[in-house]
Amino acid sequence: MSIDLQTVKKIASLSRISVTDAEAQAMVPELNNILGWVEQLGEVDVTGIEPMTAVIPNIQRLRVDAVTDGNVRDKVLANAPQAEHGFFAVPKVIE
Amino acid sequence: MTNLTDLTVAEIRDGFRAGDFSAREVAEGFNANVAAAKALNAFIVETPEKALAAADAADAAKAAGETPGALSGVPIGMKDLFCTEGVQTTAASHMLEGFVPTYESTVSGKLWAAGAGMLGKLNLDQFAMGSSNETSYFGNVISPWKRGGGDNAALAPGGSSGGSSSAISARLCPAATGTDTGGSIRQPAAFTGISGIKPTYGRCSRWGIVAFASSLDQAGPMARTVRDNALLLEVMAGFDPKDSTSLDLAVPQWEAGLSSNLTGKTVGIPKEYRPDGLNAEIAALWDQGIAWLKDAGANVVEVSLPHTKYALPTYYIIAPAEASSNLARYDGVRYGQRDLPDGAGLQDMYAATRAAGFGPEVKRRIMIGTYVLSAGFYDAYYTQAQKVRALISRDFDRAFEQCDLLLTPTAPSAAFTLGEKQADPLAMYLNDVFTVPASLAGLPAMSVPGGLDSQGLPLGLQIIGKALDEQTVLNAGLAIEERAGFVARPDKWW
Repeated sequence: MSIDLQTVKKIASLSRISVTDAEAQAMVPELNNILGWVEQLGEVDVTGIEPMTAVIPNIQRLRVDAVTDGNVRDKVLANAPQAEHGFFAVPKVIE
Repeated sequence: MTNLTDLTVAEIRDGFRAGDFSAREVAEGFNANVAAAKALNAFIVETPEKALAAADAADAAKAAGETPGALSGVPIGMKDLFCTEGVQTTAASHMLEGFVPTYESTVSGKLWAAGAGMLGKLNLDQFAMGSSNETSYFGNVISPWKRGGGDNAALAPGGSSGGSSSAISARLCPAATGTDTGGSIRQPAAFTGISGIKPTYGRCSRWGIVAFASSLDQAGPMARTVRDNALLLEVMAGFDPKDSTSLDLAVPQWEAGLSSNLTGKTVGIPKEYRPDGLNAEIAALWDQGIAWLKDAGANVVEVSLPHTKYALPTYYIIAPAEASSNLARYDGVRYGQRDLPDGAGLQDMYAATRAAGFGPEVKRRIMIGTYVLSAGFYDAYYTQAQKVRALISRDFDRAFEQCDLLLTPTAPSAAFTLGEKQADPLAMYLNDVFTVPASLAGLPAMSVPGGLDSQGLPLGLQIIGKALDEQTVLNAGLAIEERAGFVARPDKWW
């Protein structure tokens, strides 16, 4: 599988990273190199093998459904690029 | 008088308790070394006032007759991947420049609670993605080591914990935290002639550590001796309900359990780690390491880890996949940078923010991860990689039916020069060939210095243990440390 300029632009868009044409062009051979190299995994016989889901067996814990945190609005907003009236502010999303 | 900045963590701890010196004297000594070492660029933020405050608190508590904490009087460096309340935390990215956490990571909090003081936040590869510390937004970290013979080339301190390794080997701090996703504690330790251990996945809480690849990320200590690693890990490890993968197990007393007598232990030598073309000096050091462990009483057997060659490609699917998901949080809304072009909508703001905030290697990995997780490719790449990962883990399980630990080189070469591998991402990735397999299997693994190569640069040996058996890893590390007698240190040029 080889990826082309259009595919790189599509991946960039899915990744929400804006790229110039020149940047996208430069990424075509780079990403093809890396993806071509990882494709060797296709030769491994994985018949009957379940995909790994946990490196060390561990119990998924449940916790009591209780409020353990809160009343920290100002802390939550402290690093926001733009906060107004106790909310995160973003550009207008509906006309 | 003893130079306090030449002491190990254990020596500082014990000397402080015995009243040989005050915590303030120690902190002042390291603060001075940090201030004089700008040329190494090991720190992103220096916090001498924090180191002094912790030292003064330790001295006052001692004067009042209180029982000292496990690390009272010991100043350390903190990798800038750990959130520190009130102190900028950047993951060495422009994206998080100016981010000042309003909370403390679990691991750093445990260290402060034990009495340690913070000398500063240590530089690293951006979002811990790199093996040479050349991807930091705040500039390369320089290794204090130079090749012999008047070669003045600037060398890589390894990565991603390159600020930690550089600072420790230059005596800017006696110890530091690191994090290890595919070798980011062990490879920099090997490059700079120090020790570092990545514990079993789940031993140290990931809460408050900037996430890279969550199924791989583990915090661990870096220091000059095995004993220091043991005592620091005791403080850093432990159950944390805030991390769903944290292991609910008691923390062993690793320092008290240290013993370099390996009688009854069997060391496995994985034959796949000796590929054609393995650097002859690395191979010779490995043979020396085998002899040292035999001398310590261990039996040695050859073992096979047949899927070793697939570990790196597996890692370079799984780690970017998890990174692309984890780094989706940097959207210019909640924290970090925002780039809002004139008239831009929300989607444009995301894309502009992420284009400006992430460096090239981070973008590359996010895009690879996005691709391998995208519709139509998920099974061929990601599911296949998770199956191969299961096989890699099974290889270790089978090997450990025949032995108690594995001995390998840590890295395929000594430190390379800055810039040497920057042009080819793939060449850089191959540097982690010996460290990535244990990461994929979640196993404890440590690097200890074994000697110098013909150019005068340190080489490391890696010990990989069974899950939860950090004690055997540390004990084998101690056996090597005692026999290697590694005392080399970089000549001060900075």
